[in-house]
Amino acid sequence: MSEVTGPAPASARPDGSREQMMVFLAMAALFAVAPAVVYPVFLMKVMCFALFACAFNLLIGYVGLLSFGHAMFFGMASYVTAFAAKRWGVTPEIAILLGTAAAAALGMVAGALAIRRQGIYFAMITLALAQMVYFFSLQAPFTGGEDGIQAVPRGKLLGLIDLSSVTATYVFVLVIFLAGFALIYRIVHSPFGQVLKAIRENEPRAISLGYDVDRYKLLAFVLSATLAGLAGGTKALVFQLASLTDVHWSMSGEVVLMTLIGGLGTIFGPVVGATIIITMENYLAQLGAWVSVVQGVIFVVCVLAFRRGVVGELARVLQRPL
Amino acid sequence: MEIFGIPSQALFGQLLIGLINGSFYALLSLGLAIIFGLLNIINFAHGAQYMLGAFSAYFLLNKLGLGYWWSLALVPIMVGALGVVIERLMIARLYQLDHLYGLLLTFGLALIIQGLFRNEFGSSGLPFPIPAELTGSRNLGFMFLPNYRAWVIGASLAVCCATWFVIERTKLGAYLRAATENPPLVQAFGVNVPRMITLTYGFGVALAALAGVMAAPIYQVSPQMGSDLIIVVFAVVVIGGMGSIFGSIVTGFGLGVIEGLTKVFYPEASNTVIFIVMAIVLLVRPAGLFGTQK
Repeated sequence: MSEVTGPAPASARPDGSREQMMVFLAMAALFAVAPAVVYPVFLMKVMCFALFACAFNLLIGYVGLLSFGHAMFFGMASYVTAFAAKRWGVTPEIAILLGTAAAAALGMVAGALAIRRQGIYFAMITLALAQMVYFFSLQAPFTGGEDGIQAVPRGKLLGLIDLSSVTATYVFVLVIFLAGFALIYRIVHSPFGQVLKAIRENEPRAISLGYDVDRYKLLAFVLSATLAGLAGGTKALVFQLASLTDVHWSMSGEVVLMTLIGGLGTIFGPVVGATIIITMENYLAQLGAWVSVVQGVIFVVCVLAFRRGVVGELARVLQRPL
Repeated sequence: MEIFGIPSQALFGQLLIGLINGSFYALLSLGLAIIFGLLNIINFAHGAQYMLGAFSAYFLLNKLGLGYWWSLALVPIMVGALGVVIERLMIARLYQLDHLYGLLLTFGLALIIQGLFRNEFGSSGLPFPIPAELTGSRNLGFMFLPNYRAWVIGASLAVCCATWFVIERTKLGAYLRAATENPPLVQAFGVNVPRMITLTYGFGVALAALAGVMAAPIYQVSPQMGSDLIIVVFAVVVIGGMGSIFGSIVTGFGLGVIEGLTKVFYPEASNTVIFIVMAIVLLVRPAGLFGTQK
């Protein structure tokens, strides 16, 4: 993107950047010490889904595009990573990179199709494309169909560090999560991110200013897909499982819900949202289909009365961008 | 007898199934298009309301002993009334906001309705008998046509055409189309637009419920019957474009037939063919076959 030379106004470094940095450090510290009191595997799940939700939020929060099919990137990366680690026996970092690359490629194709329409159509198209990927995953030989890919070996990181220890895996996931989060933060606060926000606010104006809006949208879509893939690939290694759940439309709905309850278009909202939803599912797991009822109720309540989300409301009270 | 190396029985059989599926695609995408036209929201709960229609018919039969024909008349009114309540209590609060919130709200409603039914009835399907008047089948010479399936195709076509007639050719439809274009102006002429919006939503939901009743004897009545179907219907809507009533009817039936033919010639792709058609249409004509780019 050589022509990303938009004006970098003062708002590129918003007043809240110092506070945001402090919140980021606090979040990193919290996740670093939390395994002392909370079950680490649960925390790793939270971090994978938090990264997934942050990637999704990049699209809805900063470009204004609601994707209802993000499970396709999460799930496809999860399958490719699991397959590479199990069948080809590659090291975990290579497996995750392959999964992420697959999600990026899929994002390129899906994005090129979906950005041809806007608003509600965009949501329907992404949902339909994701359903196609779901049926593909159901039938393709390498995904294991209904069984999925089970007992994926975690392997040795760079051939050196054995990830069968929970502590090593935890640090690995924490680094991926924080790096992904920092990358999204950088993207949002770069000149490129400013152009994305301009497109969200007033697309015709962005076009008349000479920006190739479709290229910006596509790049944002691919970035979002790639990061969702990074989350999916990491999840496959942590839980040693890639299954149809990861590509199902309900997963796409779940990531929308996490971002909505945390706060659309806030930096930290998706992390808070993912923590809330994963915790809730953990406690409601024995109640079966009630999980879906509770999720539906949260959707309805958020849309009717709580549209800013937890972090959005907090930011309003504190009058700081979070 | 063989056509293109395929036994004609199999070919016509799949064509018939395609037309049946197409009937439901047409009815559901029609309801979505009408709701979208006036409310500017995509009704994600459409699949759940279709499922509600099928379950209502099941309850009427097993609790009250009211048969298929009673259901056909009563269920759309009952579920449509529920739609009116939903519109008044919830959706009406969202008209000033981004249209995406309507999608999220109705998605939440769909999760609630489907979750409640799954708690109560599990995932297995419940049988619903074909009404006595329509059992049996007739011999068309080249294939056997079950009477009930012929009825579904005919009834769906009739409902679609009647809806088209009301919207495109009557005074009421003219008000509706005018309100789609410019609500404040129509309101200035003394038409009660908010009530019209409410009733339109109720009517769209009633269409979904009617489709549910007609589907009950063909597919089994199950909590998930609408959830995957609605995604296919979304693709149908993207392919047809939501600008035209006639367009959604033609696209619905056409894609049903295409899907049926794919089952004959390349069964592996039968689940995905509609999505592939959608991708091609997006490349060639992004506004949809019958749509106009706004």
